[in-house]
Amino acid sequence: MENFTPVSATIGGGLIGVAAVILMAFNGRIAGISGIFSGIFFTDKSDWLWRLLFVIGLGLSPLAYIAISGRSPEFIITNAYPPIILGGLFVGFGTRLGSGCTSGHGVCGVSRLSPRSLVSVVLFMGAGIFTVAVLTKIIGS
Amino acid sequence: MARNLTALIAGLIFGLGLVISKMVNPAKVIAFLDLFGDWDPSLAFVMGGAVFVTAIGYRLVWKQDAPIADDEFHVPENRPLDKRLAIGAIIFGIGWGLVGLCPGPAISSLLIGGGPAIVFLIAMAIGMALYEAFDRLTK
Repeated sequence: MENFTPVSATIGGGLIGVAAVILMAFNGRIAGISGIFSGIFFTDKSDWLWRLLFVIGLGLSPLAYIAISGRSPEFIITNAYPPIILGGLFVGFGTRLGSGCTSGHGVCGVSRLSPRSLVSVVLFMGAGIFTVAVLTKIIGS
Repeated sequence: MARNLTALIAGLIFGLGLVISKMVNPAKVIAFLDLFGDWDPSLAFVMGGAVFVTAIGYRLVWKQDAPIADDEFHVPENRPLDKRLAIGAIIFGIGWGLVGLCPGPAISSLLIGGGPAIVFLIAMAIGMALYEAFDRLTK
């Protein structure tokens, strides 16, 4: 557990909550990233610009962090491209089929105690833990 | 329009939260999912902090009749649990465990993650397009 960072995790989590509350207070929208992102391409044309701007803000955030702190966020990915592509396809298809991801179900849904979201979180976390356990066994760590 | 500006600001703050909590780093997320290895519980604290603020904030906001920059609250109705929700969550979880990226960090890491981040985001968008095709076929 030497990499455990509870303080920055809780502060960062709190900021995510602030963003979710702003989006509800002003726009009346759930901060569900999979739904907002796919909605840029796949919902009616009157409703795409705020979605695009939310996604642009999300994409620019590391640059804002670098400008403020002078430090670069760490990004370590150990996979080869085939599993990266497979993972991306699964995440895209699965979040749409299941109507949400870590933000929409995990943060917003759990906050309003939605039974669907609570079940979703248990299942995607369980599947994620299972997948990592199996991969660790196969690779032999 | 006001709601476009508030969406941009909310996206920026959401992303700063992901960066500060280090959730843009796939290795950090995999370390949380590696429950039986060298477990890093940080992600649970991210979720805890986010849910704490959101749960209180939502209840205050919902005392208003309508949001400030829109006509109504667009909150999903409580539909019954179904197979789609369960199977979708499991497929998502497998992909998440495979790479360590979910949709938020996938977008936030686009400009700092190089080739792998770009390829993942494109694959994710294709996965969403495949769902749209599947949804049309099964209706």
